[in-house]
Amino acid sequence: MKNEIIKLFSGVVLEEQQAISLAELCQCCNLATEQLIVMVDHGIIEPLETNVTISHWTFSGDSLVRVQTALRLQRDLDINLAGAVLAVELLDEIKELRQRVAFLKRE
Amino acid sequence: MGVAKDAPQDEIKRSYRKLARKFHPDVSKEKNAESRFKEVGEAYEVLKDPKKRKAYDQLGNNWKAGQEGFQPPPGWNAGFEFHTGGFTNNATGTSQFSDFFESLFGRRAGAADVHRTVFKARGENSHAKVFIDLEDAYHGAARSLKLHTTVLNKEGHPQLKERILNVKIPKGVKEGQNIRLQGQGNPGFGGGKAGDLYLEICFNPHALYKVVGRDVSLELPITPWEAALGGKVQISTPLADMIDLKIPPCISSGKRMRLKGRGIPGKTPGDFYIQLKIVFPDSLSEKEKSLYKALQQEAGNFNPRIKLEDNHEK
Repeated sequence: MKNEIIKLFSGVVLEEQQAISLAELCQCCNLATEQLIVMVDHGIIEPLETNVTISHWTFSGDSLVRVQTALRLQRDLDINLAGAVLAVELLDEIKELRQRVAFLKRE
Repeated sequence: MGVAKDAPQDEIKRSYRKLARKFHPDVSKEKNAESRFKEVGEAYEVLKDPKKRKAYDQLGNNWKAGQEGFQPPPGWNAGFEFHTGGFTNNATGTSQFSDFFESLFGRRAGAADVHRTVFKARGENSHAKVFIDLEDAYHGAARSLKLHTTVLNKEGHPQLKERILNVKIPKGVKEGQNIRLQGQGNPGFGGGKAGDLYLEICFNPHALYKVVGRDVSLELPITPWEAALGGKVQISTPLADMIDLKIPPCISSGKRMRLKGRGIPGKTPGDFYIQLKIVFPDSLSEKEKSLYKALQQEAGNFNPRIKLEDNHEK
């Protein structure tokens, strides 16, 4: 029997990540710093510490997916950023509610 | 798109908007949302422009996505404007159109591309959902994923390529978390870096356990005498071990017992809850019935509905 070495790729679990830097967030989302600051102004993400200069801002691990989702909704459904932010927050709430309903719906 | 052939333009726009909302992968509850969304987008891209719409109507049945060897008729691309660079201009600079569509309308289509500038860009990110069992979250696991990425073939046309990627699912993940695999997304252009692959964790429904976050719960049926007298019951946990659970006497249906830290592992591991449910057999023998009647005599003073009666009397 042939012993194959299967290459296993590992990734980072975003939500468990301690912090993601402003630069990394910009790069992963293909955004300029100014555009990311607009996102912060809209409240979809918040820097973990506010008493540092902007270039030293860090964000929680789940920020990446929130920003990407908001950008996709904006682009694909032709909504403005404020609307996209609201949609992301509502989607989070819906996800949690769905889990609780599935839990309560025990046969 | 579900509109009549002679539908007016604004009806087409309305229909597109409705379908886009319905099938958008971030929002949709439908299966195959992503491919449906792409289909809808492509259809709209053609139908929203009266010139393209007319051409589509003329082409009729030959318009079949992914048909091998389909050659666009000469001059097909002439006179149609497409977005710069062959991609839709948008915040993330990514393409929302399928490879087939781009071969018809994209910059790379047709021979008339004399001044083809070298276009360098980071590859598109790709997203996928990965379904795991609860046990995988407890132990960690490896998953083999079939992915489709867009690559450029020899002629420079975008093509969908299937590949298999073996991914490690770390211990302690919970539903909805995302794993980012750098460089495993779509390849870059003109020497640009490849995009990333984002995997969203989804749990397969489990026959026994329910999961909320990292907490796992099990509904445990017990007999009336186990509930009355207490006792030891063996239960299995997702770790595949058997635990002796000590049930205290006089425990009522619906009571929850907690085994701290036996939920999904993690920095703060979840808890394992056992929901007790008293169950009766479908029928009782005469002897059993008489024993219960004797109990009823003995415990006659116990009234569980006292609060309801008090409320009624007020």
